[in-house]
Formats: sequence, structure tokens, C-alpha cells
Amino acid sequence: MQFMLLFSRQGKLRLQKWYVPLSDKEKKKITRELVQTVLARKPKMCSFLEWRDLKIVYKRYASLYFCCAIEDQDNELITLEIIHRYVELLDKYFGSVCELDIIFNFEKAYFILDEFLLGGEAQETSKKNVLKAIEQADLLQEIFERASFQHLLWDSIITHHDIHVTFLRIPKKQRLLAASWRKSDSHKNALLLCSSLAS
Amino acid sequence: MSDVVEKTLTALPSLLSLDSQPGSAKLSSNSKLGNLIRGITELTSKHEEEKLIQHELSSIKEQVSSPNTTMRQMRELMVRAVYCEMLGYEASFSYIHAIKLAQQGNVLEKRVGYLAVSLFLNENHELLLLLVNTVLKDLQSTNLIEVCMALTVVCQIFPKDMIPAILPIVEEKLNHPKEIIRRKAVLALHKFYLIAPNQVQHIHNKFRKALCDKDPGVMTASLHIYLQLIQENAEAYKDLTASFVTILKQVVGGKLPMDFNYHSVPAPWLQIQLLRILSLLGKNDQRTSEVMYEVLDESLRRAEMNHNITYAILYECVKCVYTIHPKSELLEKAATCIGNFVLSPKINLKYLGLKALTYVVQQDPKLALQHQMTIIECLDHSDVIIKRETLELLFRITNAQNVTVIVEKMLDFLRLSKDDHTTVDLAGKVAELAEKYAPDNEWFIQTMNAVFSLGGDMMQPEIPNGFLKLLSEGFDSEEEDRKLRLFAVNSYISLLQGDPSKLPQRFLQVICWVLGEYSYLKDDLDPVVVLRLLAQLLDMKGSSSDTKSWVLVAMTKLCWSETAVSVAQQVAETYSSSFDTTLRQRAQELQHLSRDSQLHSRVLPPGGSLEPVEVDSSLSFLDGFVSEALSAGAAPYKPLHQRQEELSRSKALSLEPYGLSLPISTSSCSITDRQSPTLLSTSSGLSGDSTDFSHRGSSTTLKLDGVRRVWGREGYLAQKEPVEEVAQVEIPSPLRSPGQQGDADSCHSRTPTANPEGDREKQQLASSLFGGLSSQSSVCLMEKSERFGRKAKGQRASSTPNEQRSDPSVSSSSAVDNLLCNNLLEENSEPIDSSTKQTFQHPQSLRVPNGACDAEAIISDDDTKGRNRPVSPEEHVEGDDFPPCEDKSKDLSLTAHLPAELSGFSHSEIIPLCSNRSLDLSACHVQTDNTVVLVVFVTNSSEDANLQIQVLSEELEVCCPCESPVEEVRGHSVSVRQYSLTVKRPLVHFELVGRLSYSAAGTLQSMQFSYKLPLTSFIRPLTVSTEEYGSMWLAFSHDTKQNLTLMKEEQEPLSATLNALKKKLSLHVVEIIGVEGLVACSLLQDQPCLMHCRVHAGRLAVWLRSPVADLPDCLLYHCQRALQEH
Repeated sequence: MQFMLLFSRQGKLRLQKWYVPLSDKEKKKITRELVQTVLARKPKMCSFLEWRDLKIVYKRYASLYFCCAIEDQDNELITLEIIHRYVELLDKYFGSVCELDIIFNFEKAYFILDEFLLGGEAQETSKKNVLKAIEQADLLQEIFERASFQHLLWDSIITHHDIHVTFLRIPKKQRLLAASWRKSDSHKNALLLCSSLAS
Repeated sequence: MSDVVEKTLTALPSLLSLDSQPGSAKLSSNSKLGNLIRGITELTSKHEEEKLIQHELSSIKEQVSSPNTTMRQMRELMVRAVYCEMLGYEASFSYIHAIKLAQQGNVLEKRVGYLAVSLFLNENHELLLLLVNTVLKDLQSTNLIEVCMALTVVCQIFPKDMIPAILPIVEEKLNHPKEIIRRKAVLALHKFYLIAPNQVQHIHNKFRKALCDKDPGVMTASLHIYLQLIQENAEAYKDLTASFVTILKQVVGGKLPMDFNYHSVPAPWLQIQLLRILSLLGKNDQRTSEVMYEVLDESLRRAEMNHNITYAILYECVKCVYTIHPKSELLEKAATCIGNFVLSPKINLKYLGLKALTYVVQQDPKLALQHQMTIIECLDHSDVIIKRETLELLFRITNAQNVTVIVEKMLDFLRLSKDDHTTVDLAGKVAELAEKYAPDNEWFIQTMNAVFSLGGDMMQPEIPNGFLKLLSEGFDSEEEDRKLRLFAVNSYISLLQGDPSKLPQRFLQVICWVLGEYSYLKDDLDPVVVLRLLAQLLDMKGSSSDTKSWVLVAMTKLCWSETAVSVAQQVAETYSSSFDTTLRQRAQELQHLSRDSQLHSRVLPPGGSLEPVEVDSSLSFLDGFVSEALSAGAAPYKPLHQRQEELSRSKALSLEPYGLSLPISTSSCSITDRQSPTLLSTSSGLSGDSTDFSHRGSSTTLKLDGVRRVWGREGYLAQKEPVEEVAQVEIPSPLRSPGQQGDADSCHSRTPTANPEGDREKQQLASSLFGGLSSQSSVCLMEKSERFGRKAKGQRASSTPNEQRSDPSVSSSSAVDNLLCNNLLEENSEPIDSSTKQTFQHPQSLRVPNGACDAEAIISDDDTKGRNRPVSPEEHVEGDDFPPCEDKSKDLSLTAHLPAELSGFSHSEIIPLCSNRSLDLSACHVQTDNTVVLVVFVTNSSEDANLQIQVLSEELEVCCPCESPVEEVRGHSVSVRQYSLTVKRPLVHFELVGRLSYSAAGTLQSMQFSYKLPLTSFIRPLTVSTEEYGSMWLAFSHDTKQNLTLMKEEQEPLSATLNALKKKLSLHVVEIIGVEGLVACSLLQDQPCLMHCRVHAGRLAVWLRSPVADLPDCLLYHCQRALQEH
């Protein structure tokens, strides 16, 4: 895959990921042209486009267009499914994703994308594994933010021990988090902190 | 799932204004990013947005540079900066802070820092160097998340030059207990392979380990690398076919964990990747293909569910079935699949169906017939993309009967197309069809006119060039040629009399040339009229200076009558003071030639032909001038790449850590002798060396490409017609003439299913489109023979050798005194690469329209003699680099045919390349002192045949010193050919591809073959003293280091190891001092490579240096292998 763009029905760019080195000028030009071309197409038309020497695969989800550029020998249908899988991942992560989630948390959307596609290739196609990777990092973040007074302590522990994080999810926005790590002197798992975060 | 998403998403736009929505409210109310985003959505004009963002950026700028900003705040600032960049506003001031954040932050801040870096910078950004240390540190971290982040960023952007710094650590990660780390490490190696393949050559066996990983995710990741490797060289991975097939079987059989299912289809991504790999492996290889038939059948059978993802797999399967060696049963099933695609009401599937049809129609034209009505419908589809793909399909099934209809459809599309890329592509295709299948002159010229005016100035330059070539060379009887040219002249005159300002520049240039050359054919036309029409082009506003010089050249050709001269003089007057030098030159030529009618008729004989003129492409007539300048102290010429290299060298960063001692003390050489004698000699060659046997490849010649360009592109225009030769009669279209179209109609009328009268029009269209298809279904549709018919003359001309790059002393005289010698250098000749595809056009591509290159080349055999020296023992090549020879007796019998002058040297085993019933091709390579010669043996076991062999390689320069391209081989005999090889760019292994075309008993056939030889064949010992070694060492810029295993020898392990290397790779051991050893060698004559070895902790630390990029890496690989095998 050469690049992926997410833009709104109004033509506003929401996310861009480039897997080929291009200058900023070139990127802007491509984005402008593509947004224009894709927006001009009617809903019942083909999801594939030939554009320059690339193929564009796009799909609209509500007000958002997902648009990927692939090379000639790549499979268009599977690219369409890559888009779909990405939407599924976003959906699962945000819990019924909407455009606003992506606008306000676009860095999260990037993190998910990076776990799913790496260097333009599908890295991990198992939904569970992608989310696990993301949530491990997220969990840390939440614990950090909740327990900011322990900031320094945590930091040193994390960098010196193999941390085991388990994560439980109870329906939407309610999370029970538990972190445990192995103490170097004892072989017993010691639960040091269990914080329940409910919002 | 998607329905749910869709529903929730549709409900949302209205919420943009309402902040009461719980999710967004929480996020947006308290964060600065939220404020910014909300601020933007409230704005109404672009101008306001700009103001707001500029304000935002300046506040971010202020905060990031303040020392009081915590890392946590920085994280927030970076997110905002990324957002501003996404909106299209530059925030370059924040790049350095993103790197700092990745460097100094805790895990979470790092994550944002890395993300910002990967979004802000691209691969070539210089700030990336600052990231290397951070990545290095994080890769070694004990925190898994940090390692993951570092690997993720490495997979996205990493400076190519710094790969060696982290490569060992990334390699280590392949053994990490966590699969996510292993997976990312594999992908990082994939990335390295893409940007610097030489760097990861030594870890190919680790890729195999990744392929066998117990985690399916890691295995899938390794397939990305394999796909790439196999695309480049399928031969080397044939042994893995069975493994890939087994994996696919397990996947299809549902043996993977449920996690990998996607909508209850097992691991579709994996399946598609495997299918792509299999199709590459099975291409043109029956044995390998047979291994995969079963699993392909299984895949086709299993994928029956009605979901996009199964169609994706099916599509890949069909492509694979049609790519590998065919099996009728599978083809049948695949054809049914394609039918399902084409007939599907879903537009995406229909598109893919058309694409699949386009792909397979060459093998199976009947398939197109089956679906003709669908194709017709698609031709009028409302979606442009479908239309376009249909035209692509039609392009593939065009023949002499349906060409007019199809070309018309394509031109219709062109008229409406607004997309440049499509226009260029389609215009090229129409031109190709017109050239191949034109029913008559009139149609041909009119179609080409349409192509030129629609294609505009973006069109590939080959189209007008090809067209002019065709006109000038002719393809039929002389009378036909005359008619064609006359028709062209007529049509152009009327175009010019209309409104020429609307015509594209390229078209005007074509018109100028044709009028200049052929307007004399029209009897009742006064050249003055033409001159006036041309002059009018000069005054036109839109004319480019390029076009103007075409006009002037055309005028030069026309001004041989009294009145014409006066018009010409006037024009010449105006332009002889032009600022444009080319224009001024043309104007001068016009002025002088129009004055002197005698000179004019000598240079440009009207309607006549010129004697072929020889071109001295080596410019050897300038040798005297060059040596004079050199002796006067001028700097020697350096080829462009060398200059760039030196420039970049002076800029490059030193990557050596401080405190590392140089292997040779610096006292022996001062700054001034940094340029060692060896280096100088490689850069300062004269073309005087060009008589050397292999002067084309060696770097001791003047690099001429750069010089040639200066001399104006339309130079050849001023020249006259090529030698008038009687062209071969065009081969008539294979089947019926257009007059017999009626028959075709009747045979098709029953094909479409019961359609009432309303569809009659479509049926008619169908019969005209698919005319000739049904009856020739067994014939290959892309009729190569027809093209050959038109181009046949080129091949005939080539029966005299026209390899031009020959003895300069002979050709120089004629070239120097040629008045317009610059016109001879044709820029527009097709690149040599194309010759692999169009073997028979190749001889033509060397020709200039005026036939200048047709001259007999004088190639002496002398230089191959006198090199017959006994072979030294270390030059002996170990057989292990060559594939085992199966047929010893054949080898022996062929050895006898080895040319006498090569028999003294060691040669590799003779391996069979390809064979068929009558011909048998084998080859070996011989290492002489200063060259490597590829010797090809052609054993002809049946009757006499004419054959032509072409050998090409991307990395090697191939010189065929003494043969004409076409040679006759007597029946039951062996013919031997020699090609001398020189290295353009070092690689571990070089691959040559070749094509043998031969005609025997009136049929024309061709075979392809490939030959592989290792870098070591080109390595020669370099005898230098320790002092020379020292000064050379400092002058070389490319280097690489690695630890190698030391041989287990009780005493003197160093010298034992070095001797082993010396024996295997023919190196020269300069000196052994204690635990250090100095070794030197060179790539053939002039590209030295030095090796410094030191015994350290039971290992051999090797440091290689060379002025040639990649040479150290490649040589290191061979050293490693040589020691492993020991």
C-alpha cells in the first residue's frame, strides 16, 4: 500500500498515512486531487479507481471516506477488507466509533493503524491481537494519569521489570484494570495495584 | 458489523454542533485540542481558519521553546502540531521537539513523540539522524512497549545509511520470546530489504526461521519478505514451494487459531499472500506448478461463500491458475469463476471480472466471446472506470477486422477524458493499434491525426517518433509509401490552412517534419506556399521554441527555389539574433544553406538519399584535444556519478565511533596523497583507451552520455531520408479481409442468447467488435507477426552487422568532416532495454532515420589475442559456486569447442541453459586476467538455422565482441559465442537473462534462458605493497565491518584463514603482522577493495574498504560463505 487517507464528506482530511517517501508539496497535491475525484463519484459507482499509475480503493462509512492507494498487482478486494477491518478495530476500540471520535482522538486512530498496518503491509490481522497491543499501552496511560503521584515510582519499575498487564473489559466505558508484575526477589506474583476506573 | 457502524455514523453529523453528546463532550471540553477543533468547525471561511491556525501555531511555537514546558505538556503540544500539519499548515519548528519527546519522555510521551516523528518526517529528512540513538536505546530496553515502539518507527522511517547501526539488535529480536516483537522485527527486516537489499543479504537463513515460526503472525510477516525475494528471483526459492503449499493447505483447512478468521474465512490475508507467491513460483514451470494444483483446486472449492473476502481469494486464485503452467481442469473452474464475476450485479465484482478477463484473454480468447454482450453493456456503462477497463480488454482482443470499431470507441473515450494519465496511456494504445492493424493509409493518417491532437503534449515521445520512423522507412511497396506520404502531406496542409493554433506542439512538430521531407511529392504545390504556412507557425503565440526550431529545420529543407530563398532569408534574419541558442543555430544553418545551393544539395539532396554516415560515438577524434588540455593542466573528466559520489562523500557524516584506531598509521600519508594513484587512474581515463577490448564497460573511457545531451534533440531532423529500400510486403491479416465481414456477422448472430429486436444494435456492435475472434481462438491474439511484417525491414537491414561502437580510428575521419555531425546523434532511439521484448526491433533502434548507423562495423579480433597467458594457481575457481553439472560427457565434448584463446584459462562447469528438439544451449564463464567471458555453446542437432542471441543484464555490461547479431548455424554442429562481461554495479550474484531467437525451416521461434555467476568470478588479486595499501586505505570511502569465524587451527589460525580465503576468492595477502592481516583484491582491473583483518576474542574482525559502493558488502558475503563452507 502506498498511502491511506481519511477525509470527511466536506473534503476535510482526518487522517493521513504515507508509506512512500514524498515531499509535502506532492502529498498536498495528491490529497487535493484525490479528495476531489472521490467526492465527485456517485454512491453506486465502483469502489476502485485508476489514478495516475496507482489504483485507489475507497469506501464511505457514514460521513467518512477511507481511501487507500495500492499498486497495480495488488488485490483490490482485500484492500477493501483492510479498510473494513480498520473500521471494525476503531469501532471496537471506541465502542461505536463516530467521526468525532476520530477527530478528537486522531492520535489513537494512528496508533491503531500502526498496529494493524506497518510499512504498508498488513501486520496483524487478528483483531484481538491488535487491540491487545493498543490496550496495553493505553492501560499504562490510564494508570499513569490516575496515579500521577506515583509517577516516579512507576516509571522506574516499568523500565526494570517485565510487566504483566491484564485487562478486562466490561461493557462500554467501564473498565476494570489490573496490573501486576513479578518481583525480582520472589517468584510469586504480587498484585500491587488494582484500580477500578469507571466513568 | 458494518451495518452497525454505518447506522451510528449516519446519526452523527448533526452532533457536530451539539456538545452535549457524552463521548465527545468529555474529550473536547477540557482539552486544548478540543478547543482548537471546535474553534475550526465554527468558522465559516478559509481565511478565518488560516488566521486561527497561524495564531495557534505561534502559541505552540512559543510553548515548545520555553524551558518550563514539561514533557507531558509537550505531548499535548505535539498532538496539536500534528493536527495543524494535517490541515495543511507547516509546523516544521516542532520537528526537532518531536524527536526530543521521543528521546526524553516516559513511555507514553515517547509514543506520541514517535508518532509525531513518523508523521512529520520522511525517509530523507536529515533530522532523522538524531533519532538513531533513541531507537538504539529503546531497542535494548527491557520494557516491551518501548521495544515495540522503536520497532514500529523503524518499520516506517529509518535513514538508510544507519541501518548497520541497529541491524544486529533487530536480528537478535528474531529470537525474542514475545511473538509481537518477533513479528515487528521481521517487518523491520523487510523494510531494510526494500531500502537497502545488500545490507540484509547475510540473514537470508533467518528469514527461513521466521517462516517456520510457531506463531502464524510471525510467519505471515515473513511472507512479505519472501514475496519480494521471489519477485526478484523465483529460481532461488523453488525449493520452498512445497512448504508454501503445505501452509496454504493448513490455512484453507482451518488449522489456524480462530483469531485469524475474518468473517469466518480463515486468514484471508495469508491466503492471498501465499497465492501470489505460488503464482510467481509456478510461472513457466510445469514441475513446480504440479505441486500446487491440488491446493488451488481446494481453494477454489472452499471459497464459495457470498462475501467480498471470498471473492478476493477467488480472484487471486484465478490469477494464479492462469499464471502457472496450465491445467485444463483448473482452467475450466477458473473460467466459471470469472464468469461469476463478470455477471455479478455488484459493480466491484464486475470490474474485477473485466480485469481478470483482460488478464486471461490472451490465453483464452473464447472467454471474451462468451461474455460479449456483457462487455458491450459495460462499454456504455455510466461509470468511467468500468468503461476504461472494458477498453483495456478490447485493446487486447483487437485484430485486423475489428480495429476500426475499437479504435473509434477508444477515441470517443479520449475525447471525453480529462485525466492526463489515462489520456497518455490510451493515446499510446491507439497509436499502437493503428500501427499494427491499419486497414488503409487514409484511416491510418486520420487516426494518427486524432491521436496527436487528443494526446496533446503529454503523450510519450515514442509515438511521434515511431510514426515518423514508419513514414520514413515505409513498410510496403514504394508506390504505397508514396501514397501514404502524399496523403499525410495533403492532410497536414489542410490542417495548417485551418486553425493551427489549436494543435498541440508535438503535432505541429510532426507536421513540420513531414512537410519538410515530403511536400515535394505533391506536384502542384509550390514550396513557397508551404514556407508561408510554416512561417505562420513561427508567429503564433503558443509556439514553443522547440517547435520553432522544427519549423526552421523544415524550412531549411524546402528552400531550393528562388522565391523560397527570399522567404527563408527573411525568417533567418529574424531568428539569427534570437536569444535561444538552438534557434539561432538553426537560423544560421537556414541562412547559409539557402544561400549556397550547391552546399544545400550536397547536404540535403532533394528527395534523394544520403550515403550512410558513420558515427563515432566514442568521440575519439577529440582525443588530441583532451590530451592537450590535460597536459596543459586541466582537471581530468570525471563521470557524473563519480562527481556526485565525491560530493556526497565530502558531506557525509563519519559514522566511526571516536577512539577507534585506524589499521594503518596515518603518518605515512599526508592530506595531499589522499587520492592514491589507483584512484586517479580510474577517474582520469582518456577515450584513447577506447580501443581497449572492453572499452564500453570499463570506467576508463570518457563518459559520453552527458556530452551528447547538449546537442539539441531535433538534430536528426535536418538529415534526409534513409536509404530507400524495398520493404517486405506486409503480411496480410491472418484471417479474413474486411470485405468478408459479412461472414463474421452471420457466424456470430446466433451466439447471443434470445434477445428481442431492441438489442439488434448491440448485436451488430458485438459482431463488429468480436469479429475474427471465434475463428482464431487458438491463435495468439496479440499478433506479433503483423508487427513483424511492418518492421521486417529493420531486421533485414540488420543482417549486416550494425553494432556501431567500433574502431574509432576508422570512423573518426568521416564524422569530423561532416557538416552537421551533431545531427547524427539520435536521442530518440529506443532504450536498449526494450530489446528484450522486441527482439526484432532492436537492430532498428540503433539506426538513425537517415540510416547513418547502417554502416559496416569493423570489429577486429586482434584485441582478444595476446592475452593468452598461463593461469596462476590462485585464479582457480572452486566448483562450488556453480550448479552441479549433470552431464559430464556433454561437458567434456563442449569443452573441446572452447575458443583457443580462452583455453588457457580456468572455466566454470558448462551448464545447460535451455533446449528444445533441435537446439541445445549451454554456457560457462571463463576468467581471464582482465575480463570475464561468457561462452555460449549452441548445439544444433537438426538442420541449418539462423539464430540470434541477446544477452542482457542490469548489473553487468555485456559486450559481444565479434559476432553479427544474426548468424547461421549449420545442422549438427556447435556454434560458440563469446560475451565479455564487466561489472556496472557490484552484487553478490549476477544474473544474465538472454533470449535466443532462431528461424529454421521457415518458422520463427524463441527461447529464454538465464545464467547466474557469482561476484567472485570478477575478483582478481591486487598486488600492492604495504605502503600503497596504507595510502589507498585512507582514500576509499565505502566500508563495512563484520566479525567472521576463525578457522580452528592450532597454530597460526589467522594465516590459515587468510589462505583459505585467498584460495577461494583469489585475494592477495599483502602482509601479516602479528594478529593483523592485510588483504587486497580488485574487481577486474580497476576497482580495488582492501580488507583489514584482526584476530579479536577468537573471531576474525574484518573491515573492508573500497571506492565502489556495495563492493565491500558483497565481498563480505562471499568471505562469510567461503569460511562457512570450510
